Amino acid sequence: MTRLFPHPLLSLALVAVWLLLNSFSLGHLILGTVVATLAARAFAAVEPERVKLRRPMALVKLFFIVGADIIRSNIAVAVLILTRGRHGLRHSAFVEIPLRLRHPAPLSLLAMIVTATPGTAWVDYDEETGILLLHVFDMVDTADWKTLIRDRYEELLLESFP
Amino acid sequence: MSWMETLPAWVAIPVALFLMLGATLTLLGTVGLVQLKSFYDRLHAPTLGTSWGAAGILLASMLLVSWTEGRAVLHELVIGIFLMITTPVTLMFLGRAALHRDRIEGTPGIPGAVERSDIPAPPGDALADPADAPGES
Repeated sequence: MTRLFPHPLLSLALVAVWLLLNSFSLGHLILGTVVATLAARAFAAVEPERVKLRRPMALVKLFFIVGADIIRSNIAVAVLILTRGRHGLRHSAFVEIPLRLRHPAPLSLLAMIVTATPGTAWVDYDEETGILLLHVFDMVDTADWKTLIRDRYEELLLESFP
Repeated sequence: MSWMETLPAWVAIPVALFLMLGATLTLLGTVGLVQLKSFYDRLHAPTLGTSWGAAGILLASMLLVSWTEGRAVLHELVIGIFLMITTPVTLMFLGRAALHRDRIEGTPGIPGAVERSDIPAPPGDALADPADAPGES
């Protein structure tokens, strides 16, 4: 079973995408399943390391937190651009944040969160020391950003990925 | 576009609102790209377009097409997912390339490289050739 379907979640997601792009019919369901199964087997050949998801509910919670944060920071950055950076008072800065996450899967999720949120940009990550270099558009307090990333996002990611 | 006239107000209004929201945010992102002064600041402006700028336009499209087709059309979700997954890649490439260049040129205000045991610390002058550093790949 595992040999035939090495990545069941990935296959399910691919079938869902296939059915979204085509209209739902039995023929497309079968064709999509075949494509998804082959794709999952190809994926298994490239990346043998499996991702273990411990608490998916933490990810759902994270999804809503990030969704709200994205809306809030969209407004914040839009206002900053309209007011020309509070008329020259805004200043951006780099922050170094020591991360506890080590696994590539949660790290890439964190990268997506940071990038999708306007106002923060992922610049560099050092694999050995685990230090993330973040560029913040509107820097008020460095400690705020450290707690934001570490307590708000990283905590939930650590919870969901063992 | 005869079907446009048959569109009821309760569909037309949210579609128009989402479309305007998305278009406005994307426009603001491009204004920021022109207006901002430093490269790292400019990295932030286009993310308006890739987050709610895109989401607004996609939601408007989903609503409108779902109404006219008479069934839930969710193709736009796939566009949104692909945008979410792929933007970090280009953004990180740009950011890291700029950082690398600035570190070599010794631009002030740029944090130095983290000291690592497998890469000897650079001699301190800006003339060091990065290609000579071992273990880069």
